[in-house]
Amino acid sequence: MAEFLLKRLATIVPTLIFVSMLIFGLQQLLPGDPAKILAGEEQDPTVIAHLREKLHLDEPLPMRYAYWMGGVLRGDLGESIRNQQPVLDLVLQKLPVTIQLATMAMAIALLIGIPAGIASAVGRGTIWDTLANVFALWGISTPNFWLGILLILLFSVQLGWLPASGYVSPFEDLRANLASMIMPAFVLGNAIAGVLMRHTRSAMLQVLSADYVRTARAKGLRERVVVLRHGLRNALVPIITLGALEFGTLLSGAVLTEQVFTIPGFGKLIIDAVFNRDYLVVQGVVLVTATTYVVLNLLADLAYFAVNPRLRN
Amino acid sequence: MKNFARTLLASLLGAAALAAQAQTLRIGLAEDPDVLDPSLARTFVGRIVFAALCDKLFEVDEKLNIIPQLAEKHEWSADSKALTITLRPGVTFHDGEKLDAAAVKYSLERHKTMPGSNRRGELAPVTSVDIVDPMSVRLNLNAPFSPLLAQLADRAGMIVSPKAAQAAGDKFGTKPVCTGPYKFVERVAQDRIVLERYPDYWNKGQVNFEKIVYTPIPDATVRLANLKSGQLDYIERVASSDVEKLQTDKRFKIARITEIGYQGITINIGKSEKAQQNPLGKDPRVREAFELAIDRQGLAQVVMDNEAVVGNQWVAPTNPFYAKSLPVPKRDVARARALLKEAGVTNPSFTLLTPTTSDAQRLALVVQAMARDAGFDVKIQAAEFATSLNMADKGEFEAYALAWSGRADPDGNLFSFHGCKQPLNYAGYCDPETEKLLAQSRSLRDVAERRKVFEQIAARVLKERPIVYVYHRKWLWAYSAKLTGVREIPDGLLRVQGLKLGS
Repeated sequence: MAEFLLKRLATIVPTLIFVSMLIFGLQQLLPGDPAKILAGEEQDPTVIAHLREKLHLDEPLPMRYAYWMGGVLRGDLGESIRNQQPVLDLVLQKLPVTIQLATMAMAIALLIGIPAGIASAVGRGTIWDTLANVFALWGISTPNFWLGILLILLFSVQLGWLPASGYVSPFEDLRANLASMIMPAFVLGNAIAGVLMRHTRSAMLQVLSADYVRTARAKGLRERVVVLRHGLRNALVPIITLGALEFGTLLSGAVLTEQVFTIPGFGKLIIDAVFNRDYLVVQGVVLVTATTYVVLNLLADLAYFAVNPRLRN
Repeated sequence: MKNFARTLLASLLGAAALAAQAQTLRIGLAEDPDVLDPSLARTFVGRIVFAALCDKLFEVDEKLNIIPQLAEKHEWSADSKALTITLRPGVTFHDGEKLDAAAVKYSLERHKTMPGSNRRGELAPVTSVDIVDPMSVRLNLNAPFSPLLAQLADRAGMIVSPKAAQAAGDKFGTKPVCTGPYKFVERVAQDRIVLERYPDYWNKGQVNFEKIVYTPIPDATVRLANLKSGQLDYIERVASSDVEKLQTDKRFKIARITEIGYQGITINIGKSEKAQQNPLGKDPRVREAFELAIDRQGLAQVVMDNEAVVGNQWVAPTNPFYAKSLPVPKRDVARARALLKEAGVTNPSFTLLTPTTSDAQRLALVVQAMARDAGFDVKIQAAEFATSLNMADKGEFEAYALAWSGRADPDGNLFSFHGCKQPLNYAGYCDPETEKLLAQSRSLRDVAERRKVFEQIAARVLKERPIVYVYHRKWLWAYSAKLTGVREIPDGLLRVQGLKLGS
């Protein structure tokens, strides 16, 4: 276990270095001159020249990468050229919002997806199975922005129950915070619930037809114990992998959902930064996201040990 | 499920609490503004926030007249090369400092010298600023420059607190200190900008809200949903397709203000060698045929749901500087075909570059269909805005659907677009005679004389067609019917003075 952990940690460093190069390199492929887009409507040549100098745009790529990495290693992600705020501040400002949204969405997805998957596997061929499958298909195939706008029209415009958009910090007003987060979390969770349900169902079906499950039943164990302790626990490994991946995706920002509900998270930050060619913001956010993703994958690997004792040796 | 229901209930109560904030004016913006430093700022939405935050030396009214704001009066020297401004007494900055001649000199010099300042070009003719007495300054120019007052009625005329600006350096935009009716409280990027009433404002009788919160909501449907659900009091840029339905709703009012900018199609006539490689760039007759193939009214109807005023010049036909001798041409397909025949080109083909906004793309499609009737084969190339701008600047285009937000003085819609080698001259138009007239127009202060020169410029430019102007969009605002005192100023910026929320 310790050896495994060390091995995994050792691969993280080169992975992140590679990722940082990739982020930096891909960004350079974006068409359009950042100095030009940042110069605004007037396109004053002296302003463009000033911005080029400030962004080191005239220097060779490796130099620019070195400037950036030098800063990153000192904990300085640079400054947004558009609104002058330090990138680290922006990241720290948005990270809690994104984490909260991702956690709520994941909770909703798990609460819906796993029970639905179990029910559909256990009651295979029954009406529950069909209903769960229809639900999963709906979740996977409904576009987020469309569902989001429909929910806003229903719950905010028609019924007036929930705020249409905007974000309130939970430390300021927990109720208002939950009110503003529930719709976007549901929209995101709904989509993931569908995927989770499908995977839970197939994993459970496989496990339930295994010999040890038949043995467990033959021992006279109650069906609940058979399904949950012997079945689900073994079926969880692929679900954890999927959950971690989905959670990682959520943390990288749910661009469309955040846009629709005006939730100031990573998604909105990065999309605005890409369109404004605010390079340092894009690089900073993607680097933080990638790091989180790598760490989450490590955590998922550790979770396998917890649920599957056979892996411990 | 029980948890979900409980959360729903909790949020219901939360929504009720939201409704109680009557002293706050909540504004929905279409974008997140850029840096809030008058010298560095470059976006339209930023100017909306500045309208509450930073007063200017001059202001424009509904008819685009220039009226004093921080200036009390002004006087031009006989040779029009010096402008003396007397300041309004008793004005203080949000940090309590006094507005005086030294502060004005500091701000104008900051606009001119700060690295990356976008105001440098606007104030280029100003060579120095003298302090005449503690409450008046003299701006010395290297040549007469009639658009100066209009420049001073925009960001170039915003005066910042020298003390705060010196302390903050180039970070001033994160905590701006000006003389406007509201002072800066906080900004959370992509989320909100909060301003609060400045109790010592010089015109405080006109300030009725305690706070203003600006929320950027890029999606027009969501912005409108927020207004309808009562979370916003005012939104800018309503989608033209939503206007008809909104009009029947008594809870809201709509303002439609013809913009000072325009929508046009810029044609590469000399920006790069590409101009000579296709008939549209090469031959003015082909451009005339292209213009005659376009039915502007039909275009405005399909693209903008008629929320636009058709036009053929850099200012709208309602503008005092519009050249009436050159009216909007009617569509004439037969004449267009004849012109193409005369030019010896059958079925000329060119690519129309457009940004990816839905308006621009619809425009391109309709233009394509209309031009086909005259025999044109228009190909459409949509590119994301930054990319399209880059292509335009390099001359990698044949025609480009480009809009301009406009400036109060016609010079702002004209000079940089039609002067040789000017930064916004994507068409590559350069005519020595026009060049002379442009310089002359800047030296005249008399409106009638300026109009005459503008008419001569229009006659030359409209014949060459570096830009085919098609229409002037309307700024569409929607706001709660309870909100009174909304002033419809053509620059499209909401003035907060005088706004009030009735019962």
